[in-house]
Amino acid sequence: MSPGRYKIFLGMAAGVGKTYRMLQEGQAEAAAGRDVVVGYLEPHERAETSAQAAGLEMVPRRRVAIRGVEVEEMDLDGVLARAPELALIDELAHANPLGLRYRKRYEDIDEVLGTGIDVFSTVNVQHLESLNDQVAELTGTRVRETIPDAVLGRADEVVLVDLTPEALLDRLRAGKVYPGETAEAALNNFFTVENLLALREVALRQVAQEVEAKRLTVEPQLGTREERVAAEAPRAVGERLLALVRPQPSSQRLVRRAWRSAQRLGADLDLLWVKPPNEPIAGELERHVTALRHLASVLGANFLIEENDSLVAGVARVVRERGSTYIMVGESRPRRGFARLREPLPQRLIKATPPGVDVRIVAHREAKP
Amino acid sequence: MIAAEHALIVLALVLGLAGGYLLARRRLRGRRSERPQEIHQILLPFTDAAISRRAVDAALRLARAEGATLMPAYLAAVSKRLPLECPIPAEAAQAMPLLEAIEQRAAAQGVAVDARIERGRSYRHALERLLERERFDRVVVPAGENGHGLSGEDLIWLLRNVPAEVLILRPGPEDTKTVGDRNPYPTRVPART
Repeated sequence: MSPGRYKIFLGMAAGVGKTYRMLQEGQAEAAAGRDVVVGYLEPHERAETSAQAAGLEMVPRRRVAIRGVEVEEMDLDGVLARAPELALIDELAHANPLGLRYRKRYEDIDEVLGTGIDVFSTVNVQHLESLNDQVAELTGTRVRETIPDAVLGRADEVVLVDLTPEALLDRLRAGKVYPGETAEAALNNFFTVENLLALREVALRQVAQEVEAKRLTVEPQLGTREERVAAEAPRAVGERLLALVRPQPSSQRLVRRAWRSAQRLGADLDLLWVKPPNEPIAGELERHVTALRHLASVLGANFLIEENDSLVAGVARVVRERGSTYIMVGESRPRRGFARLREPLPQRLIKATPPGVDVRIVAHREAKP
Repeated sequence: MIAAEHALIVLALVLGLAGGYLLARRRLRGRRSERPQEIHQILLPFTDAAISRRAVDAALRLARAEGATLMPAYLAAVSKRLPLECPIPAEAAQAMPLLEAIEQRAAAQGVAVDARIERGRSYRHALERLLERERFDRVVVPAGENGHGLSGEDLIWLLRNVPAEVLILRPGPEDTKTVGDRNPYPTRVPART
């Protein structure tokens, strides 16, 4: 049985309308004749959200006792037994209490998907493990319920539910997100324009990365040159530069040149070091690698290390994986002895990479003899 | 016949000597590259779109005399609204022409350059972060003017906290290279960072 389709509604913070949008799409699916149920809904006493759920079948919740207090949780077995075409399951980052089958709700969802049921779910960006520290630093608030980034990567669709910080603050003030006192406390603490601006940027970047990663996941193509050009045409959404660097100060000039070209072309920039296998990164080498990584981060470029015995094979593999359209290389040192008989690097790169990838040579700064 | 044999012997000798020389040179080169290099660096921190030419020249003179590597470091203050490690294209575009200019002058004088762009919540914080990662023998720093560059307090902090010789230069308006008026590297991303 093929797994169900997974759609995640991602937001920058509570109150942007993720659950509302999920229910809206669920209603549209139901109206189109699909069998839709609400597996779990957290309406947070929001009237608009509750109204949007009207008419959708709800799977009854399961009551679980935690230290003498009864709480309501999603009934995983209930959802599986009902076996709808589509289940709407709110808050995938939620941590289940002890006694349930899984520790996290996203694991419940994995089981639901495994039975072929489609799932719509919701999550806020600060719950992503890799962003947890960054968000904590930005906002001064750390969330404990985190999910691995791979959960987002597994989704067939990630929909960003976006709202300007000003609009969200208006919703908060109007009591549409939290009731009275809670709203005031939220406004004084987490929900500041600065926090929301930063979170919005993080959310936008995250979704952009997801989209890019999916765009670049393409099977290698075989066939004639014309067929390959035609097959690769849809990938050529924009230019993408790949600069070949070595961990040494002289590479910085090449990086600067590459970055300027990338800026002019409106292209993304990758910096690639093809490292010989088994070469330890330590001492001076480590210092230069750190410096390159740091420069890449300042420029918004990606620093990649590819382990390969062959420079050309390593570059060709990365070019295919990243969809590079330009390769920038530094000028080769004068060749001596038998090395003169070898074909120059740019020619070898042109032959090894997909058709249409340009190779540009950046001259050294040192004066020529 | 005898002459031909002599010529062959001479040729064999010449080839043998040349081979031996090349082999010895290669081994020597290999040994040199294996020897751990002592870090000998001169830091030249700067901010904004200008830098004192006297500071650059002084740093270059010192680097040449000591056989040191010059490390020009552009310090960027990142707004608290943004993550500290976020890309800073607008600042980078400002730093690039200056780093190129310094590298050009250094190359003309045979001085090695290893440039940096360092982020921090303030210039001092950027300096602190740089000092955590790198070691320096000397710091050549142009004093700030009219609210630009490193402040007097930053310089005092530098004197107290940097385990290296610090040379502070008073900048003059005539020896300042300004590139901010006409930026040759327009950025794709607006200067929100």
